[in-house]
Amino acid sequence: MKRILISPVALSVLALAPAFAQRRATIQNVPEIPFTTVPNFLKLPPGEYLGEAVAVATNSKGHTFVFHRSNNNRLFEFDQTGKFIKEIGSGFLGFEFAHSVRVDKDDNIWTVDEGSNMVTKFSPEGKVLMVLGRRPLAVLGVLPVAPQPPNRVAQKYEFCRPTDVGWDPQGNIFISDGYCNNRVVKYDKDGRFVAQAGSEKAGSALGEFNLPHGLQVDLQGNVWVADRTNNRYQVLDNNLKPIREITNVGVGWTVCVSGGPHQYVFFSNSNPNGNQPGTWDITGEIYKAELDGKVLGRFGRPGKNPPGFQVVHMIDCRNPNEIIVGEIESWRVQKLILKSPAGNIGAQ
Amino acid sequence: MNTTLNIVTVTLTGGLLAASLFAQNSAPEIKFDSVANAVQLPSGLYLGEVAGVATNSKGDIFVYTRTGHPTVTIGTMRPFAHGSSRMFQFDRTGKYVREIGKDTYGFMTAAQVRVDPSDNVWAVDEMSNMVMKFDPEGGVAMLLGRKAESEFIPPRTPGGDGAGQPTDLFNRPTDVAWDAAGNIFVADGAGNARIAKFDKDGKFVKSWGKRGTGPGEFANVLSIAVDAQGNVYAGDGGNKRIQVFDNNGVFKTAFSNFGNAQAMCITKGANPILYVSNSNPWNDIDSAGEIYRMRLDGTVLGKFGRAGRLLKEFGAVNSIDCRSENTLFVGELANLRVQKLVLH
Repeated sequence: MKRILISPVALSVLALAPAFAQRRATIQNVPEIPFTTVPNFLKLPPGEYLGEAVAVATNSKGHTFVFHRSNNNRLFEFDQTGKFIKEIGSGFLGFEFAHSVRVDKDDNIWTVDEGSNMVTKFSPEGKVLMVLGRRPLAVLGVLPVAPQPPNRVAQKYEFCRPTDVGWDPQGNIFISDGYCNNRVVKYDKDGRFVAQAGSEKAGSALGEFNLPHGLQVDLQGNVWVADRTNNRYQVLDNNLKPIREITNVGVGWTVCVSGGPHQYVFFSNSNPNGNQPGTWDITGEIYKAELDGKVLGRFGRPGKNPPGFQVVHMIDCRNPNEIIVGEIESWRVQKLILKSPAGNIGAQ
Repeated sequence: MNTTLNIVTVTLTGGLLAASLFAQNSAPEIKFDSVANAVQLPSGLYLGEVAGVATNSKGDIFVYTRTGHPTVTIGTMRPFAHGSSRMFQFDRTGKYVREIGKDTYGFMTAAQVRVDPSDNVWAVDEMSNMVMKFDPEGGVAMLLGRKAESEFIPPRTPGGDGAGQPTDLFNRPTDVAWDAAGNIFVADGAGNARIAKFDKDGKFVKSWGKRGTGPGEFANVLSIAVDAQGNVYAGDGGNKRIQVFDNNGVFKTAFSNFGNAQAMCITKGANPILYVSNSNPWNDIDSAGEIYRMRLDGTVLGKFGRAGRLLKEFGAVNSIDCRSENTLFVGELANLRVQKLVLH
């Protein structure tokens, strides 16, 4: 019984301490990319607030979608000037604890919710088009303490705190799943199971995961996975066979692949929740790289006020020179205008 | 006094001398009145426990109140808790203006509200463990701490020795104050037993205190105020004293005999006054309840009020606003109200 009474705060600190040093990115001599933040990028209607801005994405028109942990979890749409357009999914069953929002090539809006275990595809107008996963029935109750491994064997059509979603050019669906599975799942465009990499078990070999926390698919159909607790990123081919890992850009918090034709990838070595002493000195930056892994530059650092970051949880990089970041602890979305690395300031 | 005000006058008698067990019964009684209907809520809105009341430079009144219990929803193996506190703004006449932070993520169990010299409104919440700075327009300007993603049953326990961690992970914070440079002092307070200092940009500077009875130790920290010199006054509730520290947390002195100091406020100006409440427990109106008026060196100038349910009586005062030295606002937990007091 005593063990149950240990506070979650204390547990998280115990868990963090040994992994702490690994959070520092080992890559060196990376050019600093100058940038500016757009003040008050998103204009909320009077009386409305963002909660933890864990998920942000844009569509082809430049509209911004924010799926955030407010008192209730909500999905907001803003136009290209940052003006509020509408709320989508108010009162929807699948919104309990937001984790990701992404927009596919047809401007459908996909939400990933780790409190309901549901991945939902909304039409551009906000109608539900497809649902993956099911919310556990309330009649089953909750456990008195957070569940511990071993995790239940991963199921084809059931998630355990899923984290992110992406698509290849053919429309196949890839989902990172998650906090209590440790896998990437591929479905066809109709939502039928195709394959998985990893399993319910955490692992550190190539093709295994320990908290796959973010996912994107490039135009070649390769799958980029932020493998958070392994402090790395993995690249998988379209059939989920591992190609390589990237271990020198810090913790694998989230990943973004920009629009084409020349795609870039962004990695976030996000500062950890809780702002433990020393973390602001060795974490918080975002890296910009070529798809072949060549790192081009870095930008950003932790801070409570803009342009500082407070746990970047998701990046939108449709336009690789106008990055939008959603942060956890500041309840904030920032739009960042990137300039060329030092020496070429002003060039776009 | 403005004779158009609706004044409730009660003559204080010797009958309340027995009221306080801890405090200085010999302190002179200060005559005062309570202005009826200090804040006027629109029909259909209610105050809950008033954990905090504060005014801005225009005289607008901000009330942070526990209006209900959180809704708990069952998510993926975890219960999520939502809401239950609200913040209302009134103008200087007490007319309702608007709600701030409606349905915002960090409003769960209100602990305190304070307004800084730039009219930013700071909400302290002891369940979300957050200190939330709102700009004068009501937008979120800065956040300290983070709400737990989910709530576990049984609940979290008090934080060990109370010293906390050198960061903005709070355990039931209770109050916030600032020095002239904008440094932020958080009384972290009901679960921990420490004071945490941050610079004006929210970067952690240091914290001090742990659970105990010695100098620099706290039973809990229920209230905090900073004087013009940057000295920090902390209401050490369970030890029934006020501890005074310099700006870096070095212990200077302590005042006893004023009860639990559940709420305190220091006035501005050349001769600042320290108001301290010896708040009664919510389930006892036969002891304590009075508010002390004193100098910053601990010299008592007088006291007023007692525990009770009527106007001019107090039910577990948790907040005092003293922007005006002789017109105070007090927030009461047990009586679910704000009183505007005029001291004579």
